[in-house]
Amino acid sequence: MSQQGTLHRPMGVSLMSSKEPLLRVEGLKKYYEAENDFLSQLLGRSKTVKAVDGVSLEIGEGETFGLVGESGCGKSTIGRTILQLEEPTAGSVYFRGQDITKLSSEELRNLRTEMQVIFQNPHSSLNPRLTVNDIIGEAFEIHDIGTESERDTRIKELLERVGLNASHANRYPHEFSGGQLQRIGIARALAVDPDFIVCDEPVSALDVSVQAQILNLLEDLQAEFGISYLFIAHDLSVVEHIADRIAVMYLGEIAEYGTPEELFTPPQHPYTEALLSAIPEADPRWDGNRIILEGTVPSPINPPSGCKFHTRCPKVIPPAGYALEQDEWRAILSLRTRIDNGNIPLDQFSGDIATAIREEYDIPDTIPADVDRILSEALEAVAVDDFERASSMLDKELETPCAVHNPAIRSTANGQVACHLFDDRYADGTVYPETTREAN
Amino acid sequence: MALLEVEDLTVRFYTEDGVVKATNNLSYRIEAGEHFGVVGESGAGKSVSSLAIMRLIEDPGVIESGEIRFKGQNLLELSAEEMRTIRGNEIAMIFQDAETALNPAYTVGEQIAEAVRHHMDLDDAAARDRAIEMLDSVGIPDAAERYSDYPHQFSGGMQQRAVIAMALSCDPDLIIADEPTTALDVTIEAQILELLEEVSETFDTAIQLITHDLGVVAEFCDRVMVMYAGHPVEIAAVDDLYYNPQHPYTVGLMSSIPRIGDTRDRLQTIPGRMPDLIENPPGCNFHPRCPYAEDVCARREPPLVNVETGDPADPINSDSQSAACLEHTGDLLEGLDYQVTVRGTDESTGDAASTDGGVSDE
Repeated sequence: MSQQGTLHRPMGVSLMSSKEPLLRVEGLKKYYEAENDFLSQLLGRSKTVKAVDGVSLEIGEGETFGLVGESGCGKSTIGRTILQLEEPTAGSVYFRGQDITKLSSEELRNLRTEMQVIFQNPHSSLNPRLTVNDIIGEAFEIHDIGTESERDTRIKELLERVGLNASHANRYPHEFSGGQLQRIGIARALAVDPDFIVCDEPVSALDVSVQAQILNLLEDLQAEFGISYLFIAHDLSVVEHIADRIAVMYLGEIAEYGTPEELFTPPQHPYTEALLSAIPEADPRWDGNRIILEGTVPSPINPPSGCKFHTRCPKVIPPAGYALEQDEWRAILSLRTRIDNGNIPLDQFSGDIATAIREEYDIPDTIPADVDRILSEALEAVAVDDFERASSMLDKELETPCAVHNPAIRSTANGQVACHLFDDRYADGTVYPETTREAN
Repeated sequence: MALLEVEDLTVRFYTEDGVVKATNNLSYRIEAGEHFGVVGESGAGKSVSSLAIMRLIEDPGVIESGEIRFKGQNLLELSAEEMRTIRGNEIAMIFQDAETALNPAYTVGEQIAEAVRHHMDLDDAAARDRAIEMLDSVGIPDAAERYSDYPHQFSGGMQQRAVIAMALSCDPDLIIADEPTTALDVTIEAQILELLEEVSETFDTAIQLITHDLGVVAEFCDRVMVMYAGHPVEIAAVDDLYYNPQHPYTVGLMSSIPRIGDTRDRLQTIPGRMPDLIENPPGCNFHPRCPYAEDVCARREPPLVNVETGDPADPINSDSQSAACLEHTGDLLEGLDYQVTVRGTDESTGDAASTDGGVSDE
């Protein structure tokens, strides 16, 4: 598979996993139809949002697997799809070796005693009209567990275990603080004695001192009951603290996997590097270099070609045969993304349009003459409103593997990364016509 | 005379459940161009103090006493009309939730132009130009084009940029930013903080930044005030606050945040939670959660004092680090016992280690 002899393991497989892991997700996809009304369907205009686009991962017993990424990257959708709260578009989810995407609703209900979930907002995830006793006891009712007195004892035990007072069983949610409500949410998840819990942003709504209490509680429970967690969060420092292994997501795909140590040791995926550098350091003497990514995450309806991160990536591989500096190349690429999207308001420019465009979009005047000539030609096409010609000209003349091929996950010294920078074949920027690892 | 001087500000809310003591004898100052941070957990009184500056405290809230002097003028004595010209014109506010700060029924540009017309007395065309200029200066691409977009057509980061553009449109001398980046992703947060840094440098604008995020404070602020249960518990230069905190609550906050590269298995926690502001504990408000509390802490309310001298603090005229803990008035028998290493593995050692997690937050 690889010419450099790096072993290409299935994505996200931990080194030790010779036997079946607790949870194995393979090629998971979840697409939604946007604008799904009758007329757009009739006209073939319906658009697909690829919320999760081919994700594979494994979670071992007693392991915490962290999933991070910006809002809209699909991390919560993965959690819900694994739990079968949403039906996957493609792919399989194996729990103890059994593909649970094929279960009947009866079988799924039984599975809920083994897989549970804790949500981000405890205020909205607990029914305000039920007492704590009823909230936690609901699961016993559904799964017909225990006698009434056994249930009461168990609820009291659970409340004590999560750090609440057993006498609170008859209170209603509004009588509790946010941190206490999250403890009730945890007690509810624990009620059926699950082996696996999806924690979807469980601490992001909490104050820092309470956040630390809940994180410690989750770790204690794991040590005591051997529970596995899928821990979904946008806060890398929280995930780094709690997770054994981490996956970084971007636009529905996984950019990088690794242990916290691997992930935070350079070289990393440029996206991981940027995410990490964006976290404000709680140290006023810190004077590292902050990588500021341009713009926002592109729409998953029409994601960029090739590597989905290339439109914002500060390290896109320059085209073969040109002596381009990274900042020059980045400026040209950003302009090219605009041209591709027809996103240059020509009526706003006056005088020599090509020059005005260069100025407006900060094209450095240092770019080498051969590249500059190509750019000039493209801008001439833009000036006469022929975006298509400009676009294909730039695509053809300044070709980069990052915009052509979607990088597959490959093993590196530090974890597994989906980035062409780690593929020596692309070192000189040559784009091979055929690639064995197109798309994952 | 500093740009803003808040002296002994006390705000109360007379609710059905009782009197909420939102801020108690709050004093601080902000110099022109300075970045002043206000830190604390939910319910500490951070936002109330900034609403008071804007005179936006509404019934049943009352500003009971104190002065808020802006450029030497006590804002609390101004007429409603005079206050209106200060708001937006000289003091602007940025809220956490940009989506609700913008009116969904008007275009983004029109909303900025309206503020400009109102405060700067410009005609329609000039106001429009100014609005486009502002949108451009906060990094909104194709500003002229986006002028006629509605708020929902902007992403979250762009909406916050638009709100900042609106705040900047009248060249204010002070911006009060209440959790401006809390709702944003880290990559966008980094963009917005960089932008705020830039504009404050270019226009010499002072910024009062209210946040619970100690990372944002460390990165952005010159001086910081830590609030707990409506009281200022520590005021210090940002470097002192992180490397030499003088209040046990500050120490607790610093130790409870997970840091990248930190190898601790467990986070330190502050047991329990902040009291509601109706029934404050007697003595030091923090004593029920404080690992160093002694009998005296439940009886005597600690004054805010200069930590070097033990004299009453003067946060308006002096820059010295001050904290409200009986340790600094010589009333503690055992004293405080912690070490702080910002980049090490252990944030603090000693007694603080007993403040372990998994405890009831009763």
